[in-house]
Amino acid sequence: MDFELIRTVFPFFLKAAWVTVLLSVLTAILGLICGSLGAAARLSRSRVLRFLGAAYVSVFRGTPALIQLFLLYFGGPQIGIQLDAFQAGVIGLGVNAGAYMTETIRGAIIAVDRGQTEAARTIGMSRWQAMRHVILPQAMRLMIRPLGVNINALIKATALVAPISVVELTYTAQRYIGSTYRPFEMFLLAGILYLIIILSVGRVVGWLDRKARIA
Amino acid sequence: MTEQPIIEIRNAAKSYGALEVLKDISLTVNRGEIVAIIGPSGSGKSTFLRAINELDPLSGGEIFLEGEQVNKRLPPREYERHINRIRQEIGMVFQHFNLFPHLTVRGNVTLGPRLLKGLSQADVDKLAEEQLDHVGMLERIDYFPSQLSGGQKQRVAIARALAMKPKVMLFDEATSALDPELVEEVNAVMKRLAQEHMTMLIVTHEMGFAQDVCDRVLFMDQGVVVEEGPPDVIFRNPTNERTRNFLRKHLEGRS
Repeated sequence: MDFELIRTVFPFFLKAAWVTVLLSVLTAILGLICGSLGAAARLSRSRVLRFLGAAYVSVFRGTPALIQLFLLYFGGPQIGIQLDAFQAGVIGLGVNAGAYMTETIRGAIIAVDRGQTEAARTIGMSRWQAMRHVILPQAMRLMIRPLGVNINALIKATALVAPISVVELTYTAQRYIGSTYRPFEMFLLAGILYLIIILSVGRVVGWLDRKARIA
Repeated sequence: MTEQPIIEIRNAAKSYGALEVLKDISLTVNRGEIVAIIGPSGSGKSTFLRAINELDPLSGGEIFLEGEQVNKRLPPREYERHINRIRQEIGMVFQHFNLFPHLTVRGNVTLGPRLLKGLSQADVDKLAEEQLDHVGMLERIDYFPSQLSGGQKQRVAIARALAMKPKVMLFDEATSALDPELVEEVNAVMKRLAQEHMTMLIVTHEMGFAQDVCDRVLFMDQGVVVEEGPPDVIFRNPTNERTRNFLRKHLEGRS
């Protein structure tokens, strides 16, 4: 193993890791927005919204994220959608992650005991008041860990934007293999940096979960 | 004696497909009256109680609260507004308490009045303190439900319902989920409400309590009111065979 080489490329990998983090954060935010809207649609009283929510989930979970990404980035211009690689990455991965998060959020909401809604409605609260003041605060606690699992998957999925040339970790590793012919060092380094990112996020999720339990 | 009844139910019926769970039940409850509903499980008594505030809407018949129809057919938005207003007037206590676990005792009692009555924080705090004092739970005002015993939880649930100043209270097997030694503290609170002439409908398995506290007892079986009358008559001298069987089994089961 060539440690000298690792030392030379390390700053570039660190920069790439930062792009992966940025990509993950933006994807997670977009995923949470899409997931919340998706869950609201799936739990709506409107049959049309329920159908749209279910269709969103089955389409985006039922096809490879890579195909979705390629369709958006390469196919997009054909129908007038011009995005740079980073934008396409965030939107493609975010909307995809949102489909998984839809099910996570919906699952947490319906896991709150029915009696809670009944008690709130019996007092005279509207559907929305019951949701806002009684159900959601309890569902939030239930969804922290499973959303953490979604975010873990999403961070690893950011490697899928390498083929559309976003200069993140996986792309950087491939580029340096091209010039150094040292795949072992390059992929090992990229893998370690992914692991550090994921373990850090795991710690934050664990901390949030404990905090929610105490409160 | 021409005062309007608090609750009037005419020809209540409910079915799930071919299964009829309530068949033509009528009931009038006057102000200050305390009515017990007893009967075997599956007799429809809880369904009947839950129909009164439309948690389980009827499929036929009418419910009136002080002359205003509760189960009106209205367009969805208007119905929402109507039923949310009506439900504020009907307190309900559940078998499993259904306290809000993420809120303190104070939060549980103040949430409804704060959201729905537009009271200031100072006013709802005062209200909560009064109601909790009433059920003997004032010293636990800053506890969370998970820190309370079942009997304490149910007393808080009663205070939460009372804080909305309802015209009638519905009790759906309020003591059935409690350990035997905790039943008495909840019964005591309910007796106290009775002395204060709160109008109450009580679905219960506790014959002793029904006999001591209630003005009238309804015995339900298979979706109908089999027999109705003052507790002395129902418990000492029931005329109906089914009532006699039920009471005999029930008393045997308890001894």
